[in-house]
Amino acid sequence: MPSPMTLTEQVLAKAAGRDAVAPGDNIWVNVDVLMTHDVCGPGTIGIFKKHFGQDAKVWDREKVVIIPDHYIFTKDAMANRNVDVLRAFAKEQNLPYFYDVGSEHYKGVCHIALPEEGHTRPGEVLLGTDSHTCTAGAFGEFATGIGNTDAGFVMGTGKTWLKVPQTMRFVFHGEMPPYLMAKDLILAVIGDIGVDGATYRAMEFDGDGVYALNIEERMTLCNMAIEAGGKNGIIAADQVTIDFVNNRGKKSGNKPFTVFKPQAGAKTIFEKVYDVTKMEPTIAKPHSPDNKAKVSEVKGTKLDRAYIGSCTGGKITDFKAAAGILKGKEVRIDTFVVPATTEVARGLDTETIGGVSLRNIFLNAGAKIGDASCAACLGGPSDTFGRLNTPISCISTTNRNFPGRMGHKEAKVFLASPLTVAASALSGVISDPRELVV
Amino acid sequence: MQTILEGKAYVLGDNVDTDQIIPAEYLTYNPAIPAEYKMFGKFALCGVPKDAAGLPKGHVPFHEGAEEFVSPYKIVVGGKNFGCGSSREHAPIALAAAGISCVIAEFYARIFYRNCINGAYLVPVECPTRLIDTICTGDELRVDLAKGELLNKTTGDSWRLNSLGEITPIIEAGGVFAYAKSVGMLKG
Repeated sequence: MPSPMTLTEQVLAKAAGRDAVAPGDNIWVNVDVLMTHDVCGPGTIGIFKKHFGQDAKVWDREKVVIIPDHYIFTKDAMANRNVDVLRAFAKEQNLPYFYDVGSEHYKGVCHIALPEEGHTRPGEVLLGTDSHTCTAGAFGEFATGIGNTDAGFVMGTGKTWLKVPQTMRFVFHGEMPPYLMAKDLILAVIGDIGVDGATYRAMEFDGDGVYALNIEERMTLCNMAIEAGGKNGIIAADQVTIDFVNNRGKKSGNKPFTVFKPQAGAKTIFEKVYDVTKMEPTIAKPHSPDNKAKVSEVKGTKLDRAYIGSCTGGKITDFKAAAGILKGKEVRIDTFVVPATTEVARGLDTETIGGVSLRNIFLNAGAKIGDASCAACLGGPSDTFGRLNTPISCISTTNRNFPGRMGHKEAKVFLASPLTVAASALSGVISDPRELVV
Repeated sequence: MQTILEGKAYVLGDNVDTDQIIPAEYLTYNPAIPAEYKMFGKFALCGVPKDAAGLPKGHVPFHEGAEEFVSPYKIVVGGKNFGCGSSREHAPIALAAAGISCVIAEFYARIFYRNCINGAYLVPVECPTRLIDTICTGDELRVDLAKGELLNKTTGDSWRLNSLGEITPIIEAGGVFAYAKSVGMLKG
């Protein structure tokens, strides 16, 4: 019998065609899905063609997914040129999963589009040219970000080499209070271990507090593993995951998948247990995701802008939470709402609170709503919706606040949950959602 | 592989993230196109806050002029977790395009480290000693990769560097594609 393995080790052993792997092993794995987007796709395609030839074909056209999402609604000619590069490549390679800008297939933020379109499955290896690819660990798979050269190699061979990471476990117990969201939990974790606390390591999330979260909230937890330097975040698939994947899998051929469960006695190098009933709304102050404070410690801090969007804070769960606070009230600072995907954008019209659509709740509150994309989460071209073009203070549901992340390098970005951001938008200062959530 | 790397040091702090190395607004350039590749050199490190740019004093421009593509500095010295943040390969590309041959840091963020090696843009060296408090921007450094030694020619101080270990053959081959061809994994 091989030694018990962590979730990450089980997935990687399967991908390497081995009975067992151990931390530190350098292994070659078969890749199930390779995702790229408009920022890193052109470079990846350039490397692929340079090394495999101008007429080379990708290793498996069903496994290459291209999702333009970063710089979409901009007049920047270079940015638009990059989408043209993707378009030409998808046509030349006859790729079935290309979500083109301006077409009915356009989606928006890749990490949310992947599960919506049925490209995330338990037990698989998903690589993407974006550090937040780790989001898909919420589906019980190994998912991590890679660079263009790695991606070019995968594009031609379907394989990559990986070092099996050690696993850190984060266990959440208890019933989540209504004023907390997954963002509060992960900001607490990152604050506890630091932005380099999980470097080269897997972050496994477990406990009844995690399995009580819906799939979108689990994605938020895994999304920010990279903000602690983690190689991947992962949550074992349960019935919630399986139902979601079976439903969405219809869009991508209902491929079979393997569900792994944590094995008792698997070696981990760190474990921390959290009682969610005792946790508080949490915030990351400028200029680092580990610059943690309780919202109660910084409340009253003056703000210029609120931003609700991105892969970590622009899903329907996030907007329902924010709308619950904003309903029937008016924001006191500029508030930008950016749905992650076109499906989330449609949800703003179909989801209602007290008979009013989320979209109308936001508009009535005085917020501005943008088109589905990454938008100002990572700054981007100067005409990007919501971008911080001046050194202002912004509270945001996004995932990263290093200097210059949302535009101006002297702008101050506070990271918080959609509940905290909405509460702060109403007052114009950092505000504790516990005073508004019943 | 060139085993002796020499030049002026440019010293930065801890957690230098990829948005500081090359801000997102410049990622529209395609590094696969030579005319655009050199633009990454022009904008390399332009996202570093001024007071952290060129330690210990800060406020030291990385380029001699705003229109320069290449920096007079050849070796970047960083603290902990160098290259954290996004997966953009444009980050090591930008440093290499600016003429940086080597970064010396306490340790690296994983994706940045992998990107440096896979693309053979620059050599990411680890030093167990914290150097950013002792080496000053402008000091003349000499890195001997074969011996694992760093010499500060300006002050005479020297340090041991960590071995490059298992990644040495990839660096020696000139990147992951050249390595894969050299061991027969890919057709040459």
